[in-house]
Amino acid sequence: MRRLALALALMALPAAADDRRSGFDYMGPDTQAMQRDDTANPGMLWVRDGEALWTRAEDGRSCADCHGAVDGMRGVAARYPVFDDAPLSLEQRINRCRTKHQGAAPLAYETQELLALTAVVAHQSRGLPAAPDPDPRLDAVRAEGERLFRQRQGQLDLACSQCHDENAGKRLAGNPIPQAHPTGYPLYRLEWQGMGSLQRRLRNCQGAVRAEPYAYGSAELVALEAYLMARARGMPLETPAVRP
Amino acid sequence: MPRAMINVPQSVPRGTVFEIKTLVSHPMETGFRPDESGRLRPRDIIHTFVCTYNGEEVFRAELFPALAANPFLSFTAVATESGALAFHWTDDHGATHTETARITVT
Repeated sequence: MRRLALALALMALPAAADDRRSGFDYMGPDTQAMQRDDTANPGMLWVRDGEALWTRAEDGRSCADCHGAVDGMRGVAARYPVFDDAPLSLEQRINRCRTKHQGAAPLAYETQELLALTAVVAHQSRGLPAAPDPDPRLDAVRAEGERLFRQRQGQLDLACSQCHDENAGKRLAGNPIPQAHPTGYPLYRLEWQGMGSLQRRLRNCQGAVRAEPYAYGSAELVALEAYLMARARGMPLETPAVRP
Repeated sequence: MPRAMINVPQSVPRGTVFEIKTLVSHPMETGFRPDESGRLRPRDIIHTFVCTYNGEEVFRAELFPALAANPFLSFTAVATESGALAFHWTDDHGATHTETARITVT
């Protein structure tokens, strides 16, 4: 309860007292310049692919046939994850649209197509503040996400919070530890030489502490997403971000 | 089908040096990495990049496996006259992807 009150107090802090920092602020000037310049940001390749997929018909119907031009999706990604009949990440929403309305097969996680569609939808919200869905059914999901965030796991017996809360801003093997604000996903990671989703990043961290990663699309990962987006409330979205 | 993005200024004063930035999507598979079954993935890289300015070659680069995926190349040329810049990337499959951009010299 105290933790919840603290979290709420943190969210209510005015911008002037905000010491939250995007991972962008920890990067070197070269990588920052790469993200800022849309013609040098490799993530824009996926956004362009997504624009093409947006109007490509699947079983006679494209995304645009229902949703109109993709710029109408402005603000959508800033709300996710949402609650439908269960918590739903943006990837899961896209796949639900495909199976329910397009009669198409769901796209596997981390495929070029799913990353491109997620990227183009999230890109429409670039610059908008993260505005988590106020649906009260998500409260329990966020609480579960916070519990997992503070849960020690893996052979190294480390919780997410031990790096990203208690030691954020310090260095891990020479690399700065960011505060874990997922404002730029899906993003282009230079180490991956490609685009990746937030769930890939979370699973990556789990591997690093020698824990068995949660499955893609699992309730655990969506709960973590929901909690992290609530922590980042009000921070501008950056999709497609670039990270080292 | 690769996707490329070109950044050139729309208009440049005659005689000045201008910057050209190109970004192309390509896996740049080195040929040294094993796949899930342990076999080496065959090399698949863009090995040649050529830029022509009104048909005349102004820049050429040979690329090697050490280059990261989605290569970004930036170089300069001197603005002589208005016309077309053409960019050609050729990969190990022999496929060449071409993009063009127009430039106005004032």
